[in-house]
Amino acid sequence: MWGIIRQKVAAGGGSPVARIRPVVSNLRNYSSAVKQMMVREALNSALDEEMSADPKVFLMGEEVGEYQGAYKISKGLLEKYGPERVLDTPITEAGFTGIGVGAAYYGLKPVVEFMTFNFSMQAIDHIINSAAKSNYMSSGQISVPIVFRGPNGAAAGVGAQHSHCYAAWYASVPGLKVLSPYSSEDARGLLKAAIRDPDPVVFLENELLYGESFPVSAEVLDSSFCLPIGKAKIEREGKDVTITAFSKIVGLSLKAAEILAKEGISAEVINLRSIRPLDRSTINASVRKTNRLVTVEEGFPQHGVGAEICASVIEESFGYLDAPVERIAGADVPMPYAANLERMAVPQVLCFLYDSSIDGCYKFLVY
Amino acid sequence: MRFIPESSEKRVPCFRVLDDNGELIKGSDFQQVSKEVAVKMYSHMVTLQVMDSVLYEAQRQGRFSFYLTTIGEEAINIGSAAALSADDFILPQYREPGVLLWRGYTLQQFANQVFANKADDGKGRQMPIHYGSKKLNYITISSPIATQLPQAVGVAYSLKMEKKDACAVAYTGDGGTSEGDFHAALNFAAVMEAPVVFICRNNGWAISTNISEQFRSDGIVVKGRAYGIRSIRVDGNDALAVYTAVQAAREMAISEKRPVLVEALTYRVGHHSTSDDSTKYRTLDEIEYWKTERSPINRFRNWVERQGWWSEQEETELRSSIKKQLLQAIQVAEKTEKPAITELFSDVYDVPPSNLAEQEKQLKEIIQTYPQDYPTDVPV
Repeated sequence: MWGIIRQKVAAGGGSPVARIRPVVSNLRNYSSAVKQMMVREALNSALDEEMSADPKVFLMGEEVGEYQGAYKISKGLLEKYGPERVLDTPITEAGFTGIGVGAAYYGLKPVVEFMTFNFSMQAIDHIINSAAKSNYMSSGQISVPIVFRGPNGAAAGVGAQHSHCYAAWYASVPGLKVLSPYSSEDARGLLKAAIRDPDPVVFLENELLYGESFPVSAEVLDSSFCLPIGKAKIEREGKDVTITAFSKIVGLSLKAAEILAKEGISAEVINLRSIRPLDRSTINASVRKTNRLVTVEEGFPQHGVGAEICASVIEESFGYLDAPVERIAGADVPMPYAANLERMAVPQVLCFLYDSSIDGCYKFLVY
Repeated sequence: MRFIPESSEKRVPCFRVLDDNGELIKGSDFQQVSKEVAVKMYSHMVTLQVMDSVLYEAQRQGRFSFYLTTIGEEAINIGSAAALSADDFILPQYREPGVLLWRGYTLQQFANQVFANKADDGKGRQMPIHYGSKKLNYITISSPIATQLPQAVGVAYSLKMEKKDACAVAYTGDGGTSEGDFHAALNFAAVMEAPVVFICRNNGWAISTNISEQFRSDGIVVKGRAYGIRSIRVDGNDALAVYTAVQAAREMAISEKRPVLVEALTYRVGHHSTSDDSTKYRTLDEIEYWKTERSPINRFRNWVERQGWWSEQEETELRSSIKKQLLQAIQVAEKTEKPAITELFSDVYDVPPSNLAEQEKQLKEIIQTYPQDYPTDVPV
């Protein structure tokens, strides 16, 4: 199954030419979009506001201080809050994650940054065994109000050990909460919610989204703004098929929805926002309306987020499905480096113009 | 061009106060302890030993699934506990119940934990010997080795931020120093200038791995310098030496805001746990020798008695009283109901999520429908 949405469009006669038509930029359904904000700025402002509001919140990670953050997410924070609240750590994920958990045990609220979640593998024992399970194992005596954040999933040209998506890994663990923002509104609201939450939260960002701008309303810019954990957002309403996605893939799904609209197919795009807890009621309500489901994710297909959504929908809304659930995921291979191979390994939205005499191009979303 | 040799000509000397017979060594740096403290220390060492013997036997009788003893390491447990303040936050490995005992955890509480009944502070969530008490500043024991070391640095950091007159104290065994977490914790503690005391119980064995196969350095004390950490090697079977050294370490850690490493040399007299038979990898003679001739309890007893603070009669009375209390505690714990089913689902998160509430409801319905398949001594 290719992770590609293709559109067959009849072209005039003449030689078969495959032209890639650039995708029209999609308009999102925000009302009164007054300001544009980059995701990077959204995260930075959320950190700043939460650190200002609560002296127990502190940031820790490699390059977060003097370097202003490997991706500049913590820009200006060292200068503003000093080295006691913005800690540059030695290179030991296991070390600083363990330290963060210990600080949380004793009552501080650490925000631990992984340069990428690929490196969290060196600290995963502390995330799972020391953070996720502690409240339960200690019968509620030791809570761990910690946030683990950083870029997750594929970037561009960084190869197998820098492109793995860990959403499914962490979302399988009871005791953790797992969030993944898409827009700047998501980034601000969800990071604030994560920092305020008394449970350990894994916060999966995306490197390629850091530089993207989104409109933000005055409400979003307010320092008390917060989004609820466990609620998905319907980014685009539709009635023919439900598409679930999170993080960067939401953008792709919205583009795909645009293309489908031209074919007369109205797609409903759900931005999951929260992988654990998963907003099963929103997903099921949507499927009961549209009767078709496509789950899209960048990560590997087996035991992925789509697998869980599929199972949930089959358990709760089987009778409403008019067609089997489709899963679109990254290719089941470690991410290759070469640009052409990398492109083929993750879901893409492409639009081909094919001569009608050429076979082989198929629409697979709609039956 | 000179390479620093892989080892010094002489091993790092070991700080002691009492000789093997419990006589004060002339000229040793000795912190005088009062009769009250000395007797409290001694009786807690005996209590720990008796508790371990009785509970170990109870496990062998099949009354609960697992146990591990601290036999031979009573001086480290109690000597260090006595040197700390109640505000010092303890992050143990798992062979330090004596510290909890010292702080006031009762024999009944220990029994409740191993039987995992509803009176257990831990709501029966953990396997035996994984006790903890937030009230007594002793974190719930966690099985993965050495993870408590970087956590201790985090706790120390919090204490430093709060400007508290307290430190974090983390324990580990000799085996634990091979873990990556040991390296990360020590390195970090030094860089962050965290008030943490690392106490390493070098008892010679990590299950069946002898220290000669665990590392090639002169024990653990020499590793401190590699990280820029002040360190000391102490005779772990000398209760007064442990007491003196830990007290000094604590003082340095808090006032100078620095980590300190204490390596306490000792011997693991018991098996690693009830899942181990150590006669398979070491001789009975070796075990007997350390059990009788190098016993930390006998050694300290000699000194306490010589002060005129203890007698044979008090010894007999104490041992029989503790044993009686324990047998009683075990009986009570065994008969106490197990935790209610609702405790299966609580404390996963701060606020119980809806999916777990649903699952609990479903489970209760199934139990009601098929009561014969459900144990009678577990409350719903």
